[in-house]
Amino acid sequence: MSDDEMTTSVADNEMHDESESQPVDADNETEVAFDLTARTGGTSEGLAPLEMTPEVQRMIEEGGVLRLPEENDLDPRQSEVRFGDGETMIINLGPQHPSTHGVLRIMLELEGETVLRSKPIIGYLHTGMEKTAEELTYVQGTTNVTRMDYLSPIANELVFCLAVEKLLDVEIPPRAIWIRMLMSELNRICSHVTWAATNGMDLASTTMMIFGFRERDLILSFFEKTTGLRMNTNYIRPGGVAADLPDGWEDDVEVMMDTIESRLDDYDELLTGQPIFRERTEGVGILRPELALALSATGPLLRASGIAYDLRRAEPYLAYDEVDFDVIVGSVGDTFDRYAVRMNEIRESIRIVRQVLERMPRGDYRVQDAKVTPPPRGRIDESMEALIHHFKLYTRGFEPPEGEVYVAVESPRGELGCYLVSDGSNKPYRMHMRAPSFVNLQCVPALLRGGLMADAIAVLSSVDPVLGEVDR
Amino acid sequence: MISETSLAERGLEIALITDAPLTFSRGQAVIHPSRSEYFETVAKFKGARYVTCSDLCAVDYLSAKEARSLPEGVTPERFEVVVSLLCLEKMRRIRLRVQVAESDLTLATLFSLYPGTENMEREVYDLFGITFVGHPDMTRILMPPDWEGHPLRKDYGVGRVPVQFREAPGPR
Repeated sequence: MSDDEMTTSVADNEMHDESESQPVDADNETEVAFDLTARTGGTSEGLAPLEMTPEVQRMIEEGGVLRLPEENDLDPRQSEVRFGDGETMIINLGPQHPSTHGVLRIMLELEGETVLRSKPIIGYLHTGMEKTAEELTYVQGTTNVTRMDYLSPIANELVFCLAVEKLLDVEIPPRAIWIRMLMSELNRICSHVTWAATNGMDLASTTMMIFGFRERDLILSFFEKTTGLRMNTNYIRPGGVAADLPDGWEDDVEVMMDTIESRLDDYDELLTGQPIFRERTEGVGILRPELALALSATGPLLRASGIAYDLRRAEPYLAYDEVDFDVIVGSVGDTFDRYAVRMNEIRESIRIVRQVLERMPRGDYRVQDAKVTPPPRGRIDESMEALIHHFKLYTRGFEPPEGEVYVAVESPRGELGCYLVSDGSNKPYRMHMRAPSFVNLQCVPALLRGGLMADAIAVLSSVDPVLGEVDR
Repeated sequence: MISETSLAERGLEIALITDAPLTFSRGQAVIHPSRSEYFETVAKFKGARYVTCSDLCAVDYLSAKEARSLPEGVTPERFEVVVSLLCLEKMRRIRLRVQVAESDLTLATLFSLYPGTENMEREVYDLFGITFVGHPDMTRILMPPDWEGHPLRKDYGVGRVPVQFREAPGPR
């Protein structure tokens, strides 16, 4: 936070609500200098001075929304942290602060070092991907969705393809299912170690950052070998996957899993038992389960609060009902629990990957349905029909019957849903992604309330927002 | 695939909670409450242990008015707000599709039932221009606050800027 990002808010400061866009006369100049909206570039979206904020809005910013049992009224006086008489200060965290994981901006009202209110302000990375999806055919759609959550591209492609396949009503062959499962779990490990890395950096453990990125690279190299790309793989396609696994993939995966498993012990040594780390994370940013549910939180954030909601178990897709794994839940719901849940989920994912390794079926890696599957490369050279077929599929694509579906999968960040509406043409009429980070971000004011400014970074990191997905 | 009997059972289960028209879309239960019954219907589901609102979004059916099958008695309108609720105990999902007329783009907010819809309703307001009455902070969330128009509407152009590919200078 540089000085120019800091703005003090004098208690009796007036908000120029209506006259915002009008030029201010010279007499008001000094007052304007303290005007939040003028200084922070924030307009209606930002954090307004306390006395200008409506009650309910204030409750959200104080994270007090969930102190309401059932539909009782929102009473700010129930808040545990009292406003003192001291001067409060409103500061901007981000959008370019390195610890905010992308272009997330959080406005915080502080009293001394204590966070009183906060409000995440998002949209800096909004590129209208849902609108773009309406302009792309179903075949092209995966290239778009894979760029949303750039830490778990496979999960994005998977949910889109599952939704398309549900509209089309095609069943994909077992090998494709298991390849998808293998890749999803590798992606989960990859995403969680990256989270561990950035979380370590936020807590000033640069060693953890290097460790995490080292392990991530192992998996990304395997992705490159399999899909041709390290990120934004576009590997899962409607009807199966883009290519079969490379020769010798079993050895690669086995080595990778053994390495990562042994390095998890290093992480434990470095962080889990480390007194400073525990001091900074234990009891910090507690999210109560009823609060988490009411705020629609999912993923490790919800599970750390003790609710065993994992879509792989609750609503098995692919072949998750055939593999053996545990759903990890926390007990307290603090930052440490969220760390522990993710670390143990890596272990569970390794367990799943090993089972996939043993049981990978043989056969086609994509469905032999000419409607969705291009002909093999060799056929194109010898058959005119195959060439036409290939051309038609990649220009016009296929046309799922009219209808609408909502499909959800467990991405590393929570429930990733895809609501797809087809009007019978070759492009989705509407594609909506229920992005877990976008929804989970609503918990941030509740988690930060009453905590210290230094803890805010640790707490924010434990929510694991990926801004590409938040803003879409 | 989902059998006929399980669909019938599911239908009975939902009929106990609400009498709004029920359809199945690819095996997923969808109910179609009217705009005036919308809030009450959601409240009934909340009472029936649907503890979380997992998703809320909208669809603009401007150019595909006939492309959807609605049960009898439901008048198709231009906009539709789609809400997914989740019951964790029985692991049930229910989807509500509410018709919102273009002439009156308002809908009751679910904020008092599910505070987690706060961001999602703001997103719908931002991208479709549907106002949620009673929402504490009905402002734009993804687009800049001074943006004009609602980008996900079908009559909002994609605004594609034509890219001119200049002939790349060859290596020689």
